[in-house]
Amino acid sequence: MSKIESALFDLSGLDALALQQSPIHRLDPRAKVLTALAFAITVVSFGKYDLTGPLPLLAYPVVLIVLGDLPPGYLLGKLIIASPFALVVGVFNPLLDRAALTQLGPLNVSGGWISFGSILLRFGLTLLAALILIATTGFNAVCLALTRLRVPRVLTVQLMLLYRYIFVLTGEGARMVRAWSLRAVSERRMPSRIFSSLAGQLLLRALDRAQRIHMAMLSRGFEGEIRPIRPLRLGAADAAFALAWTGFFVLVRFYNIPRLLGRLVTGIAQ
Amino acid sequence: MSHHIVEVKDLAYTYPGGTRALRGVSFRIVHGESVGIVGANGAGKSTLLRHLNGTVEPAQGSVRVGDFPITRKTLHQVRRTVGMVFQDPDDQLFMPTVYEDVAFGPLNLGLPTAEIENRVMQSLDTVGAAHLRDRPPYRLSGGEKRAVAIATVLSMTPDILVLDEPTSNLDPKARRQLIELLRSFRHTKIIASHDLDMILDLCERTIVIHEGRITADGPTARIFNDQNLLAESHLEKPLRMQACPICGPR
Repeated sequence: MSKIESALFDLSGLDALALQQSPIHRLDPRAKVLTALAFAITVVSFGKYDLTGPLPLLAYPVVLIVLGDLPPGYLLGKLIIASPFALVVGVFNPLLDRAALTQLGPLNVSGGWISFGSILLRFGLTLLAALILIATTGFNAVCLALTRLRVPRVLTVQLMLLYRYIFVLTGEGARMVRAWSLRAVSERRMPSRIFSSLAGQLLLRALDRAQRIHMAMLSRGFEGEIRPIRPLRLGAADAAFALAWTGFFVLVRFYNIPRLLGRLVTGIAQ
Repeated sequence: MSHHIVEVKDLAYTYPGGTRALRGVSFRIVHGESVGIVGANGAGKSTLLRHLNGTVEPAQGSVRVGDFPITRKTLHQVRRTVGMVFQDPDDQLFMPTVYEDVAFGPLNLGLPTAEIENRVMQSLDTVGAAHLRDRPPYRLSGGEKRAVAIATVLSMTPDILVLDEPTSNLDPKARRQLIELLRSFRHTKIIASHDLDMILDLCERTIVIHEGRITADGPTARIFNDQNLLAESHLEKPLRMQACPICGPR
């Protein structure tokens, strides 16, 4: 539990990065959210055997990491923590899909390996883009941008409160598990009977807390809307950022740039 | 200054589960008073406090804050007047940064941006937490959380402060700082607590609640000297008023 707490839920480190000042940080959150969305759609839209096509898209995270002054090692660490999900999704592809698709010198590369690589690449790219979005914008500003982009308020307020209270909830859960393990010295795993009762109690506690939070919100004049402190302003730089990147994504999607480059180089050689 | 008056008349409340938390409570608190509300666990203190800014509707009786009774129509005005500090600061600090949390109330009041900035920094300065403005609340210490929770209420410039167990979970120094902070406020204060020494420090008047009824209401010094009354209400004399067991009886 403590490992999960320190690793996966240490999102606050990302939020701390969002306080930095850089050209990327200063952009309107809406521009960054829309660009990240366009990026994710582009990445996902590539075919499963297309390994070279999405490669130029690496330019997007690289440029943002450099301009946004983000620590690349830290972001890659987060990526590795989440990578088991993608590994599990793709790990059987090389076993199931053995038809040789291409040759790498003397090696026959099967379709399975290529699609496996493609899954990893696309997973890495989208997650990296999401991490960069939070690290340059802050979770809350992302929620605010979503609200402004007409995502239902119910959803964005939920997201924001979830983010705020995930730490409180994991803390409470961890204390309950510790209390159990201190009195269950000989047991290695929690029996399902006890787990269900703990989970149920956690739910009840969460409901109680939700009620108290709601009361605290009402006490301070809450009327269903969390208002932003500063109004968002969409400037020319924001529009340029979003349009330039989206244009680049479209280009990469419809023209296989590595192949074109390759042809160009080999053409010159001949 | 009638708008600083809190008047509770024959208030009764039963929770949906059937627990009768309040069974006819009446009192009147006037402008500038500091009143302690003491009683055993489950005596009805928190339920009473929740009625004072209308987060709970009375089943019977009425609550008046200032010139009007609390009804749906006056709720907005009442919540501007009565600042409520909850027992667990984690319940009160729900925004991602301290600054945004303190700004939450003023934003709901629809104030202009400059005024909000002003109020937020003033409130944070008052509680000595200006340096925490960009920190996320869950990263603060217990004392800092409490201070910020109070700032979130101050930024709405209430006339009446209602505090539920303000000194719980604080280390002795943080507790002492909080007491000094509260002492510096000119607001009408209503403080529910088991920390009778703090009540003795801050409140000239005390109301004792036992099983949903008021069993005493008067000057704090007199009430805390009434051994029988305290015992019946599951309370003890404040430590400061007891003879010291180590250096001998006074």
